[in-house]
Amino acid sequence: MAEATIRYQPGLASGEALAARRRFRVLRKLLHHRSFMVGFAIVLVMVLAAVLAPLTGIDPNKMAIRFRFRPPQDAYWFGTDQFGRDLFTRTLYGAQLSLWIGLSVAVLSGVIGAAIGVLSAQFRRLDSLLMRIMDALMAAPAILLAIGLGAALGPQTHSVIIALAVAYIPRTARIVRASALVTRELEFIEAARVAGASSLRIMFRHLLPNATGPLLVQSTFVFAYAILAEAALSFLGIGPPPPAPSWGNIIAEGRSFAVQSWWIMLFPGFAISLAALGMNLLGDGLRDVLDPRLKVEG
Amino acid sequence: MAVPLLEVNDLTVRFRTDAGWMTAVDRVSLAVGEGEALGIVGESGSGKSVTALSILRLHAAPTTRMPTGKVLYGGRDLLGLPMREMRAIRGSEIAMIFQDPMSSLNPVLTIADQIGESLRLHQGLDHATARRRAVELLDLVRIPDAARRVDEYPHRLSGGMRQRVMIAIAIACRPKLLIADEPTTALDVTIQAQILDLLRDLQAELGMSVILITHDMGVIAEFARRVMVMYAGRVVETAPVGQLFHRPLHPYTDGLLAAIPKLDVDVRRLPAIPGSIPDPTAVIPGCRYSPRCPMVQAICRTEAPDLLPAGPEREARCPPRVAALEHVA
Amino acid sequence: MYRGILMRLSQAVPVLLIFSVMVFMLMHLLPGDPAQAIAGPDASPEAVDKIREQLGLNRPLPIQLLEWFAHLAVGNFGESLVLKQTVVSAVIERLPVTLSLSFISLVITLPLGLGLGVVAAYWRNTWIDACVMVTALLGVSLPGFWVGILSVLYFSVTLGWFPPSGYVPLSEGGLWLWFSSLIQPAVVLALFQIGFLARITRSAMLDVLDQDFIRTARAKGVDEWTTVAKHAFRNTLIPVVTVLGITLSLLIGGSVVIEQVFALPGIGRLIVQGILARDYPLVQGTMLLFGFAFVVINIMVDIIYTFVDPRVRYG
Repeated sequence: MAEATIRYQPGLASGEALAARRRFRVLRKLLHHRSFMVGFAIVLVMVLAAVLAPLTGIDPNKMAIRFRFRPPQDAYWFGTDQFGRDLFTRTLYGAQLSLWIGLSVAVLSGVIGAAIGVLSAQFRRLDSLLMRIMDALMAAPAILLAIGLGAALGPQTHSVIIALAVAYIPRTARIVRASALVTRELEFIEAARVAGASSLRIMFRHLLPNATGPLLVQSTFVFAYAILAEAALSFLGIGPPPPAPSWGNIIAEGRSFAVQSWWIMLFPGFAISLAALGMNLLGDGLRDVLDPRLKVEG
Repeated sequence: MAVPLLEVNDLTVRFRTDAGWMTAVDRVSLAVGEGEALGIVGESGSGKSVTALSILRLHAAPTTRMPTGKVLYGGRDLLGLPMREMRAIRGSEIAMIFQDPMSSLNPVLTIADQIGESLRLHQGLDHATARRRAVELLDLVRIPDAARRVDEYPHRLSGGMRQRVMIAIAIACRPKLLIADEPTTALDVTIQAQILDLLRDLQAELGMSVILITHDMGVIAEFARRVMVMYAGRVVETAPVGQLFHRPLHPYTDGLLAAIPKLDVDVRRLPAIPGSIPDPTAVIPGCRYSPRCPMVQAICRTEAPDLLPAGPEREARCPPRVAALEHVA
Repeated sequence: MYRGILMRLSQAVPVLLIFSVMVFMLMHLLPGDPAQAIAGPDASPEAVDKIREQLGLNRPLPIQLLEWFAHLAVGNFGESLVLKQTVVSAVIERLPVTLSLSFISLVITLPLGLGLGVVAAYWRNTWIDACVMVTALLGVSLPGFWVGILSVLYFSVTLGWFPPSGYVPLSEGGLWLWFSSLIQPAVVLALFQIGFLARITRSAMLDVLDQDFIRTARAKGVDEWTTVAKHAFRNTLIPVVTVLGITLSLLIGGSVVIEQVFALPGIGRLIVQGILARDYPLVQGTMLLFGFAFVVINIMVDIIYTFVDPRVRYG
């Protein structure tokens, strides 16, 4: 019978080329994923609205008592509030605030959570200590922790960011740790250690890259939670202080007049929902494409 | 053969994939007599499992187009049967066991529950009677300490024992036909032999027909009376087992036989068939095996060959070889 | 099994310890001086100092921490500065409210969340799946407090079906009034939980339905309903139970905000008001009770898990 031959395939020799092809494939899958694209579109629109807010030319904090409590009409697309401020503009500037807070929380908790997760997976003795601390942080509901921390740090934007980031770090750390533990069990890690790789190198070159999938997915969901939580915190009076046009603030302020002037409360709520919806869709899409079950990289 | 127990006529099954429709099974026909052991052999992707699953209509519904053709059993076409009647046949008259015993048993139910389920469903037994019968069945499939094992969960059992449990479930209602899809592939070699022995003995005791699907020619040699070879969704050869091994009539069968390591022959390198099975969505003009065939002729590339009769219970899809046979005879 | 529980309890001790230190430090980070707040704006510095001395607030922090631990050891969770009652009694007073709210919310959440997830998974990629998933998505995206306010506007103010706020204990108003004061907040609270649970259940169910043993069940001739309800669902519960702790955490977190919106005198409201009023002992004590309750809940979830998954039963 004829003998089999092994043909040399040049592409296989370059690990980077392989990785680049894989990233490209992931990107293409994302572009075809309906939830992801819808979420992406929504988020894009919101980001644009936030960035282009100054284009309205109206000062969100400018009061005009003569024009207060106007329902949505003519120039006032969303109406005016009890101080005559234009709600459409305030909502747009609120987008700036909420998206900024959401992003900061997601990035902060992502970076710190990832660091903790990878360190725990790599150094067993650190693991017990770090995980106990994470468990302690998770012993109270996230929002409660955030309320406490937010109140302690004072009613400012950065307190909300720190408070929420701290609340979500343990959950992110858990996920990264779980992924890193799985990666560690894979055989190529043994090969790397035998070849003399240091712990640092293993963490950065292998554990972290393999955790980016779950990390990214978790961070998008944290972004969504953060938007909702920030609104709740503002509503309770523990957020960026008035007159900052945080969506939660607008709703809190508008609550007293809800019966007569329903529009004050309505639009910011829609805005929050839309932002959270977009991020959730984005996260769903990312999770479907980056599903850890289907992907192992070297 | 006298009236066959099961007859499959021109079964065609197509799947929808990202790359388009692919034909997994292309006009496959087979017949199994009462008490007969039929072997179906082929590589992964040859369509043998899909054929078997289609008999009981167990394919994954959304991605499969409803199979066309006929599956005749007891005078009825199973493909056209209402589901309620189909379910009455599944597990009681035609039973099936699968390749991976680890994942084929439900991890949260006891052995007694899983065996008993068939009995309660098809024979109307109550829980107590079903449990007793389950213990008997475990004895029958040679599981030691059956009375204790029956209350355990699958994860406590080894692979070989789980496969015996699967067999127990399958034969619980004394089916007329057992379809075994690669039952030994996931097991150690020594366990393989035990399971095959068990299947053979059960077949004799219960007078059951068996369709055994495998890629292992050794298993076929030990078990089957008649063999069907499949390649790329089509039947390429059928023959009684002795004749298949002694005088194959298709180049693919040659290749399969040559790849079996033999104890008495010293080879440096095991022969392998060059190339690989074709992309399922690709359309190949002529004979599907032609790209890999060592004795390919010009006509093979242009005309798709039919399955030609080549003697009693023999068919082969290779006109040059069948013709050569006639010349010899 | 008891050894397992004991082991988990002992593992929980360091966690609780760290947690209580965290809470303590958190409280002392709060700006504002409770002694001043109690004494009033017109009090003389000496009067304020006297109060501070009385409350032990002028001692160094580590000493205060140790004192607090010492009190805890004998079951003294402290006394609220504002409410002038022990933390324990304050919590007990408000427990029925939070428990009632959580209970009604769970009763709504569990069947709907699980059921919708199962339905969406079984009919995957059909319009049924799409509808359920869109609903679930809305559930986790809509801010609860906003939905609560809108709900009050419509159902209480416009339709007059339910009271807009406040809680009516069973003893005072009977079953209907109690229920009607809780149903709105419970439903609003449940929206997020149902969405969350449905998404997780669908994902778990999809995994299970792809497993080989489902094919085995069908090969035996088992009907679809039994295949799903008995074979698939029990396996779906395994991953779902693991998120039970998280679900309860989200539920309690949500109730903290909802209690504010609907002015329900529950524990959530107690804590928030305590934080805003810088009532150290109250917040410390209540948070600690929360933490302890959480540890117990997690242990119970672990126990439930062993019932659900026989593979972890004997280790």
